[in-house]
Amino acid sequence: MLTYILRRILFMVPVTLAISLVAFIIIQLPPGDFITALTAQMAENNETLDPETLAALRDRYGFDQPMIVQYWKWITGIVFRGDFGQSFEWSRPVADLIWDRLGLTLIVSFATLVFVWVLAFPIGIYSAVRQYSWGDYIATFFGFIGLAVPNFLLALVLMYLSSRYLGASVGGLFSAEYVNADWSWGRVVDLLNHLWVPVIVLGTGGTAALIRIMRANLLDELKKPYVELARARGLSETRLLLKYPVRVALNPFISTLGWILPTLVSGAVVTAIVLSLPTSGPLLLNALFAQDMYLAGGFILLLSILTLIGTLVSDLLLAWLDPRIRYE
Amino acid sequence: MSELPVLERELPADRPADPKSTAVAGQWRLIWLRFKRHRLALWSGAIVLLIYFVAVFSDFIAPTTAGYYNADYTYAPPQRIRLWGEDAEGQRHLLFVYGYEASVDPIALTRTYEINEDEVIGIGFFVRGEPYRFWGLFPTDIHLIGPTEVGQPFYLFGADRLGRDVFSRTVHGTRVSMSIGLIGVAISLALGILLGGVSGLAGGWLDEVIQRVIEFLKSIPTIPLWMGLAAAIPLNIHPLIVYFWITVILSLIGWTDIARIVRGRFLALKTEDFVTAARLDGCGQQRIIWRHMVPSFMSHLIASTTLAIPAMILAETALSFLGIGLRPPVVSWGVLLKEAQSILAVANAPWLFLPGLAVIVAVLALNFLGDGLRDASDPYGN
Repeated sequence: MLTYILRRILFMVPVTLAISLVAFIIIQLPPGDFITALTAQMAENNETLDPETLAALRDRYGFDQPMIVQYWKWITGIVFRGDFGQSFEWSRPVADLIWDRLGLTLIVSFATLVFVWVLAFPIGIYSAVRQYSWGDYIATFFGFIGLAVPNFLLALVLMYLSSRYLGASVGGLFSAEYVNADWSWGRVVDLLNHLWVPVIVLGTGGTAALIRIMRANLLDELKKPYVELARARGLSETRLLLKYPVRVALNPFISTLGWILPTLVSGAVVTAIVLSLPTSGPLLLNALFAQDMYLAGGFILLLSILTLIGTLVSDLLLAWLDPRIRYE
Repeated sequence: MSELPVLERELPADRPADPKSTAVAGQWRLIWLRFKRHRLALWSGAIVLLIYFVAVFSDFIAPTTAGYYNADYTYAPPQRIRLWGEDAEGQRHLLFVYGYEASVDPIALTRTYEINEDEVIGIGFFVRGEPYRFWGLFPTDIHLIGPTEVGQPFYLFGADRLGRDVFSRTVHGTRVSMSIGLIGVAISLALGILLGGVSGLAGGWLDEVIQRVIEFLKSIPTIPLWMGLAAAIPLNIHPLIVYFWITVILSLIGWTDIARIVRGRFLALKTEDFVTAARLDGCGQQRIIWRHMVPSFMSHLIASTTLAIPAMILAETALSFLGIGLRPPVVSWGVLLKEAQSILAVANAPWLFLPGLAVIVAVLALNFLGDGLRDASDPYGN
């Protein structure tokens, strides 16, 4: 077990390095660099910078050096000093900016995960046990709608409905008075008051998928002889259901943890932009537009590492839950 | 399931087996028979065909061209089609819409519209309207449906901020949005079959490398990756090249699933009796692959591919919505929904959401179709 975990973590190292290289290449792909983006932006406002300042800036950020040298500086800074570089646009260390946002991203993702499981688990079981009942049809119908409606569209519709009928704005994660406040009980309550919109928006797709997976797996399990045997031995239906088939059907639930985290993080990017959440999404998009390369690169790198960790955790949970799975 | 499953229907003992019976039916016939039982999938298949039909003939079906605008009708609300009306000249129309009575707020400079029940605008089929080139080749001005008199307002889905017809633009968007999924999936399929096949058949270090690449690609969060790549597309290149790049970016991840399926199937089939039999019969490697192995999992592959299309449509929509996918003047559903991005615009003109309805219908239909195909793809199971 321990050697398995160690090997998996060791394997993550080269993958992470490869991702960092790809992330760096991607953010370098657009023609020009932050300086060209900056001058273009300033030209729009009828401002100019003299060439000497530009040259000095270029020199300072090391834009004249070959890409591989820039990459080397960046990655060694992260690995040896925990230094993710400086954001050009914000003139602040990238690490500060990212930790700010990543915390809230994780809160939103985790809340969504809990929401998805709490909802999908009982509905999935019900759908399977009462196959082809009205409840099953309704669950299936809403499940498919959840899959088909793009997240951002759902977010917009929710915003529209709540501004129209509730008279409340649902953007952001905090009310105005708490945006820059320190953490306090009031701020937590305020966060919870705002959290439900992104959680519903992000959770629909995942819930739909999980209900369908749970239903399909449980349907397969319910036909197996061991269920019949348990029933013959006189176990009550509930106990029989929860003790054996549900436990087996739970496998995919756990293994989805691996992909549900990255999809949540990915989905959160688009939704956060619509709902103007202070999570990583809007910051990443802005960084990409402004060619703020260390910020964008840092985000892509960290989101990828999150994905890797999610996959690892789900594999471990799966092995723990199902003794039939061997560590290879 | 009201209908009795075909496979379980017993033949009367005194009658000889009918040659069309399932006992001697080929694989594709069995698949079709099973697919037909899934009513929802069957209807969805019809809807998908209809949507692709609209995509092919979109110039003709749309009441007007994608770029046509009329500043007199900015943010005009949708009109309802009504039956039997008589216009000012006393001419009877089977279908008609009422005209608008616009008034301009002198302070906010916004236009508000009232339905003007005195103004009857006749709607006809095969009417003359804005000139266009059908498939970019044949100049014509015939539209499937539109106002009988050129230039009259006809806004089934309302108008946008420039007074363009949202319905026409949604119809035009069908072509790009539906084809981007199709082309993206085609690229994914080609890559997936090639690399998955190599991986499963050759094995060894090649298999190892391809598997690691797949794992690597899957561990990068999709949307940030797409965003990064899409942001790298220069702003000043031709929209068609942007379109091409977006499909390539979308299929970059898509092929990995297909490659895994293909590899898994090849690995499983390698040791099957019928493959050994074919080898003993002296079939060449190519013949075994293409005549014996590939057909046995083709149906499964088609089902997986169908399920991959809606994901690509949604992805295109999301990217275009963020402004890093397709850009105007290209018309796609994502580009149209970008108009609905600002909550203020939408509060006053909720019909700008309507292209989203097209997305939902298309994605749902493709999902149900793919579901039915997947169930039918293995007609020999229970």
